[in-house]
Amino acid sequence: MSTATAPQPTALKAHRGLHYTQLALAIAAVVAMAAMMWVALIYAKPAANLEGTEQFAQRIFYIHMGCNFAALSAFLVSLIASIGYLITRNLDWDRLVQASIEVGLVFGLGTTITGAIWAKPTWNTYWTWDPRLTTVTITVLIYIAYLLFRNGIDNRQTRARFGSIYALFAFLSLPLTYYSARWFRSIHPVVFGAENAEAEGGFGVGSTMVTTLEVAAFSFIVLFCSLLILRFRQLRLQDRLEEIREDLD
Amino acid sequence: MSVTEISRPAAAPAATEAERTPPTVAMRTGGGLIAYVRKVWAITLKDLRAEFRAKEVVLTMAAFSILAVIVFGLAFDIRVPESAMVAPGVLWVTILFGGVLGLNRAFGAEADRGSLAALLLAPMDRSAIYFGKLVAGLIFMLIVDALVLPVILVIFDVNLFQPLNLLGILLGSLGYVAVGTLFAALTANTRARESMLPILLLPVMVPVFVAGVGLSAALVDGRTMDAVLRWLLVIGGYDLLFLTIAYLVFDMIWEEA
Repeated sequence: MSTATAPQPTALKAHRGLHYTQLALAIAAVVAMAAMMWVALIYAKPAANLEGTEQFAQRIFYIHMGCNFAALSAFLVSLIASIGYLITRNLDWDRLVQASIEVGLVFGLGTTITGAIWAKPTWNTYWTWDPRLTTVTITVLIYIAYLLFRNGIDNRQTRARFGSIYALFAFLSLPLTYYSARWFRSIHPVVFGAENAEAEGGFGVGSTMVTTLEVAAFSFIVLFCSLLILRFRQLRLQDRLEEIREDLD
Repeated sequence: MSVTEISRPAAAPAATEAERTPPTVAMRTGGGLIAYVRKVWAITLKDLRAEFRAKEVVLTMAAFSILAVIVFGLAFDIRVPESAMVAPGVLWVTILFGGVLGLNRAFGAEADRGSLAALLLAPMDRSAIYFGKLVAGLIFMLIVDALVLPVILVIFDVNLFQPLNLLGILLGSLGYVAVGTLFAALTANTRARESMLPILLLPVMVPVFVAGVGLSAALVDGRTMDAVLRWLLVIGGYDLLFLTIAYLVFDMIWEEA
């Protein structure tokens, strides 16, 4: 019992600090998402060179890019946190890895789905093996593998260590995946005439669009931070619960 | 019992190898590069000898890989007009899927026989164990690759015995075994080990897979040297990056053991 009660006050204090940050971020996220919807749907001017359904579809771009920025930040955080864990062996870093990967997966799926919805009217297909699409798919698969792998390990420390090692490998393979997929396509131009995927269905980005994109990126990163801290606290409480349960047994 | 019969010769060579070298100087974790290489080679020899006696890895991998090529040949015969179109893909998919069988045994066999603890007690840097296992795994892979290529030649009528393609297979297998051996060590003691390894390994291997298919296809289609060298560079870069990282993190795997 003494081991369980000793660290309690400091842990609780840290918790309360995060609690207020969490609340502030949650409110900020709601405001930011509302603002993002307004700029994306009303403030941004229509694309100059698009007609019909493509004109409607291009507005999903802001959500698409927002999700993309959030997913990218999430996986960057997971990389930093996994290195942090391997150096310090502090379980908080491991919780951060898990939380950021879980939240990142949601945004990664968001990127994929919004992209597919946009691609249908624009490219006339939901899916193609464009390098970006390939990379996003592999990213999602790798991080799903990470979560499955974690679940298979019983020892808490081992789970954290192995998970961090895998997260490190996973992140570092992604740039190579992207470039190899890009070169593969540039050697075999099949779907698009030009090298760049934006050659099909691209649109000029006007000044209101740039502002909108900035607002979208910022809003999604606020949302990401809010979800990250929420999940992080949840994981911390979960571990705490496990500890207390083990003490009682 | 048959289990002890297998495990005894497997563990014995490492011990005799250790006794042969002077214990005070060479078997410390320092001891210079030559001592290190000797330790790596001791582990490799142990694995090769165990494999030579038990014959459980290479034969399984070879049987599976050849079967896979034949099944692909059968499947694509119906719909694909020209077999040269799919042969590079078939080669690399076969390497990828066949390799998992062997990698699963790299540490799985040690865990099953209960010899993993003994292996970890060997008075050497953990990375020497990693590189020893890696070299043994690479030799197994290359034997299987050497068997698969003639089968592809017969079934698909595509000659992949080109020097640069062979170099690509060598480098690709190296990268595959480098990451695979480390992941095999990670999964050796987890639940559902056999099915977890491919799930972890395949998405990380995509660069090697894509570059390998690109390389073989470029050679089959007779493309410029530029494209071929670029793919070799991708595979080489992958090998270098992940060998370094595996070397750095391998020490961390068995900390509480």
